Amino acid sequence: MTTIETLSAALGVQPWSLRERARDEFVLETEAAALPALADRIASAMGGRLMSLFATDAGGDAPRFSVHHIWSLSSPRGFLRVVAPIDGAAGTCPSIAAAHPSANWFEREVMDFFGLVPLAHPNPVRVAHHDDWPDGVWPLRKDVPGGLPVARVQGDFHPFRPVTGEGVFQVPVGPVHAGVIEPGHFRFGVAGEPVLYLQVRLFYVHKGIEKRFEGMPWRAGLFLAESISGDTSVGHPLAYAHAIERLAGVSVPPRAQALRVILLELERLYNHTADIGAIATDVAFTVPASRAQALRENLVRLNDDLFGTRLLRGTIAVGGVKCDLPPAARDRLRTHLRVFQKAFDELVRLLIDAGTFTDRVDGTGILSTQAARDLGVVGMVARASGVDADFRRDHPFDGYETLRFTVPVEEGGDVRARLMVRAREVEQSLSIVQQALDVLAGSPETLIAAVPEQLPSRSSALGWVEAWRGPITHWISTDTDGVIDRVKVTDPSFLNWPALVHAVPGNIIPDFPVINKSFNLSYSGNDR
Amino acid sequence: MFSILARSLKTGVLTEANPFGTQARFGFPAIDFSRCTACDACAQVCPTGAIQATAASAAVKTVSLSYAACIQCRECVVGCPEQAIGVSSDVEIASYTRQQLARTASFDVDPATGRSIFRRVEVQPGPTLEESAARLRETIRGRLGRSLHVRQVDAGSCNGCELEIAATTNPVYDLERFGIHLVASPRHADVLLVTGPVTRNMEIALQRTYDAAPDPRVVVAVGACGCSGGLFGEGTYASVGGVDRVLPVDVYVPGCPPRPQAILNGLLIAMDIRQARSA
Repeated sequence: MTTIETLSAALGVQPWSLRERARDEFVLETEAAALPALADRIASAMGGRLMSLFATDAGGDAPRFSVHHIWSLSSPRGFLRVVAPIDGAAGTCPSIAAAHPSANWFEREVMDFFGLVPLAHPNPVRVAHHDDWPDGVWPLRKDVPGGLPVARVQGDFHPFRPVTGEGVFQVPVGPVHAGVIEPGHFRFGVAGEPVLYLQVRLFYVHKGIEKRFEGMPWRAGLFLAESISGDTSVGHPLAYAHAIERLAGVSVPPRAQALRVILLELERLYNHTADIGAIATDVAFTVPASRAQALRENLVRLNDDLFGTRLLRGTIAVGGVKCDLPPAARDRLRTHLRVFQKAFDELVRLLIDAGTFTDRVDGTGILSTQAARDLGVVGMVARASGVDADFRRDHPFDGYETLRFTVPVEEGGDVRARLMVRAREVEQSLSIVQQALDVLAGSPETLIAAVPEQLPSRSSALGWVEAWRGPITHWISTDTDGVIDRVKVTDPSFLNWPALVHAVPGNIIPDFPVINKSFNLSYSGNDR
Repeated sequence: MFSILARSLKTGVLTEANPFGTQARFGFPAIDFSRCTACDACAQVCPTGAIQATAASAAVKTVSLSYAACIQCRECVVGCPEQAIGVSSDVEIASYTRQQLARTASFDVDPATGRSIFRRVEVQPGPTLEESAARLRETIRGRLGRSLHVRQVDAGSCNGCELEIAATTNPVYDLERFGIHLVASPRHADVLLVTGPVTRNMEIALQRTYDAAPDPRVVVAVGACGCSGGLFGEGTYASVGGVDRVLPVDVYVPGCPPRPQAILNGLLIAMDIRQARSA
């Protein structure tokens, strides 16, 4: 049986409704009414995981809108995009959120940006727009210009779920926080110290990135992708580059692939190290916190030394990379990482050998495996809750299939587990970098493949990457002129924020910073 | 416990005696206007509009490069057919106005050949660095003294600037030795260190944070987006733009993101300990 036949049999659809757009990327065209049943089938019978859900607007063409569900499949391996036309006049679309909670925010975002109300959604309220955004203005519709001035609506504040009872009250925090972090509003319902529930209000840093991509030359779009989340300025542009390369049918030279692996792992190293330090900071354990900060600074200085950029911006190109590692630089990198490894091991030992530290992190902020699975949590947070998934192994890209590494999984689901997943991933990353350096040494000089200025018209492709925080997908489509028509960016934070709300209740407010830090979700990547 | 102490003693002091004057491999681009032909190839490839080429009349063209919007992507360096754009190694760039971050040159267009010939580098409109420095001095009238309390506000940043601001507190840069403290509340702050672009959804929070800070207060805009809206633009449905669209900005620290030294430098300028050097 061909893959298409296997897939159509599993889905219970006709083979002709399915096509393989590119390797490992399947498209199923269906009717809107069939979406919920298909979602159930993909999730339960095939073990598919929802990675993204979004709408597109074809402008004047009828049917005007489409809704797309992107699933990650393990067998057959690949991604399945289920797309259904939506009648714009009705202003509604079917919802799958009741059975698939990871669709919850996605569908509400579709409602906010396209004006398509998800029918039978358990909580169809705004997620992206704040309360002063007027009704009836849907900024990602094609007839709404990006520069449209939108007046503020005067009125009440956001209604939070009330708390009642003696000694029970609410604690509002944010959007401007006490530390150097991104803005978001947290509303704690507390009974003394213990948190009864947490509500999160985000999208303070919504910058209209997806709208901004529309009509951009792909060359310029890469820089916008670098600024989706500043701590992921390799991961996001790499997912973007993958999508453009798949659109244009371009293969990346082996040397560029090896360099991409090195860059992605260096990004993982400096972020994981910084996070471990920040977890120590949040429990006031200053010695390891300072050490981690110094280690992290040395890593970003190494980046600067090797590539001329501390945070690895400007290294990824569409079609390859913009940098190289000559033999002397490779030696410097190997030596640095050997020294780093020793100091990093010492750092982790210092933390987990300290009873004062483990007292604070063991059993704190538990996200159970069941909750992680049900909520469709992804990435490093999911792996700390016993969910064994990693695109680098499951949907390899840039030559990861040729590298030997394991995917660390912890069962605890607490702050300690999220710390240990990071520590063990650092160990793997170090080994991956060494292997990629070997690949690099034996590969031809070419660093970049030519990509045509003009992309194929009316086409689309999915790009994916397992960045340090988790899986990133960029889905890009072009219009009749081959210009970017829509970019759907999905940061792992968007899938994981709803889970934070489940990890906090039962803990005390002073533990919230360390729980939040152990998730370390991106506000900017979420809000875009 | 003893091992911690021993290790700390062995590590010694990591703090750099003088973090300033570092040269970077890729600083800001610099146009050699004498070699420039005003062909506008650089303006075409600039993703943020930091480079503008305009024809004031049939006989005069101008080319301007503003560091306020520059994200240091180096597309202009690669895209210049005359190789007239180089990369400077300076990282500590700051100014008191947006205009001070721009360099503009005018060109005479030869009517016969249509070629542009460099005429001069234009004087920027608005106050000079010295005038601006005097005005800032007047605002703070020595009241900030030798210590500065800073409240950082992310008004829409991608978090790249936050990473570098956080880095100024690490043991290597250690901003506290300059008397600079990051404080938890705007009520304790002399300076608001604001990253941008200011989003529609943060505009009110930013204004309220400013209102909560006591006078005299100094606003430092950080990053290409904080200085100009950067890649996200100004006046879109979601992005208001540079910090100066909402608050009076006293010091601009451009860069994408600015390095920790540049941020430290900007804070010392806000204390009136250093003087701004643009371009």
